[in-house]
Amino acid sequence: MKILVCPLNGPRPISEFVYGGEVRQSPDPDKCSDAEWSDYVFNRSGSPGQKHEWWCHIASGFWFVVLRDTARDVVIDTLTSEDVRRGLRLPGGAA
Amino acid sequence: MFTRHDSLRAGYDVVIIGAGGHGLAAAYYLARDHGIRNVAVLEKGYLGGGNTGRNTTIIRSNYLTPEGVKFYDESVRLWQDLSADFDLNLFYSTRGHYTLAHTDAAMRTMRWRAEVNKHFGVRSEAVDAAFVKRGIPSIDMSCGGHAPILGALFHEPGAIARHDAVAWGYGRGADRRGVEIHQQTEVTGIRVAGGRVVGVDTPRGSIATSKVLCAVAGFTPRILDMLDLHTPIYVHPLQAMVSEPIKPWLDPIIVSGSLHVYVSQSARGELVMGASLDPYELHTTRSTLDFVEGLSSHMLDMFPFLSEVKVNRQWAGLADMTPDFAPIMGVTPVEGFFLDAGWGTWGFKATPVCGKTMSHTVATGRNHPLIEGFTFDRFARYQLTGEKGAASVGH
Repeated sequence: MKILVCPLNGPRPISEFVYGGEVRQSPDPDKCSDAEWSDYVFNRSGSPGQKHEWWCHIASGFWFVVLRDTARDVVIDTLTSEDVRRGLRLPGGAA
Repeated sequence: MFTRHDSLRAGYDVVIIGAGGHGLAAAYYLARDHGIRNVAVLEKGYLGGGNTGRNTTIIRSNYLTPEGVKFYDESVRLWQDLSADFDLNLFYSTRGHYTLAHTDAAMRTMRWRAEVNKHFGVRSEAVDAAFVKRGIPSIDMSCGGHAPILGALFHEPGAIARHDAVAWGYGRGADRRGVEIHQQTEVTGIRVAGGRVVGVDTPRGSIATSKVLCAVAGFTPRILDMLDLHTPIYVHPLQAMVSEPIKPWLDPIIVSGSLHVYVSQSARGELVMGASLDPYELHTTRSTLDFVEGLSSHMLDMFPFLSEVKVNRQWAGLADMTPDFAPIMGVTPVEGFFLDAGWGTWGFKATPVCGKTMSHTVATGRNHPLIEGFTFDRFARYQLTGEKGAASVGH
């Protein structure tokens, strides 16, 4: 079984986690156009690459961010939501 | 079986990316029905090597939306005489298809689907537990006590076919009509001038063309990146497995959404089994033990006597999923670029009708009426075609 390293709980089996999708920045719904909003609601970056993703350790209810290569399924880095809130360590201002 | 072409021509009327069932079917109908024979089908791997050869071969039209039911029903109709069309035995076998309901909520969806199906002339009906037991005498109706079967949606035309032969039949038919199939030829770029497609680049040289059809399943986002087109498509692996061959005992096709199983027995006696999508994005076709354990456990809930049967093979394909579980087909904002994508976990059954409708769309430049519910721009209009309730299992 594959192991994922949780920043709070350490290495745990992947079956204890759920995937929450890519970390994305919402446009301001009061200011953006309908086209910008539908782009945010529906469109995704479908190609393989290094992506920041939300993951949750179910047993402890702990959400965190994983930088993962989706072509090879290799985890490059994990960050806490506190890191993300401060915008630390996220290249390209993804937070 | 196919002509081998040493080099690419300088230009073609139409270039089709992807020599799977969908791409080859479009090439076949372009040549046969529309007289467009100066066509190249470019395939980066080998013919039928993607999801055409990786699916669990189930053919049905018991969908939920009017758009879906009409579309898939036309496909089932086309399947009936394909073997004669191709002069190649597809082993098309009508088995009957049960979608089991283990909860009251599932029975409600089955009644809904049955009514929509009957409205469009598709033979589906909601049946009770006694009917299921008569149709599948060997099933444990209590499913190990976890999930008692309350009834099912029974879809009489449900069928299976030999999937590789579908690609061979369409490929050979296109090849004989002058279409060129180039395997081991990857598309590395699509050239656009003034908002129109003008050509395609490959490691074997560039081609001039004004029409490109993209039919590449899990590789769709990579092709769309070349044109800076954005879609909701996201890619997860979908795994499947087969058992060793055993004596024929399972005639119908069985699906259980609650247990995440679909299974049929092939002409060779193998049980062909599938389950839900892998739970996160990934672009490799690796297999996992988790999948075999989970699926086997649910198979044993229904058929405990299989406990000594061996699993022979497992594999995976890359599913291009959409948020409404309907495909994305037809014209795009780039003139001359046509899309047959978003086929997720439900594309094999649609192979003939996709070929028919996409060849019409490419030839005329206008969406075929049957694909109006599946257009590229439906997300920007917030007009989705919600088909998730008709997915085999709760993905």
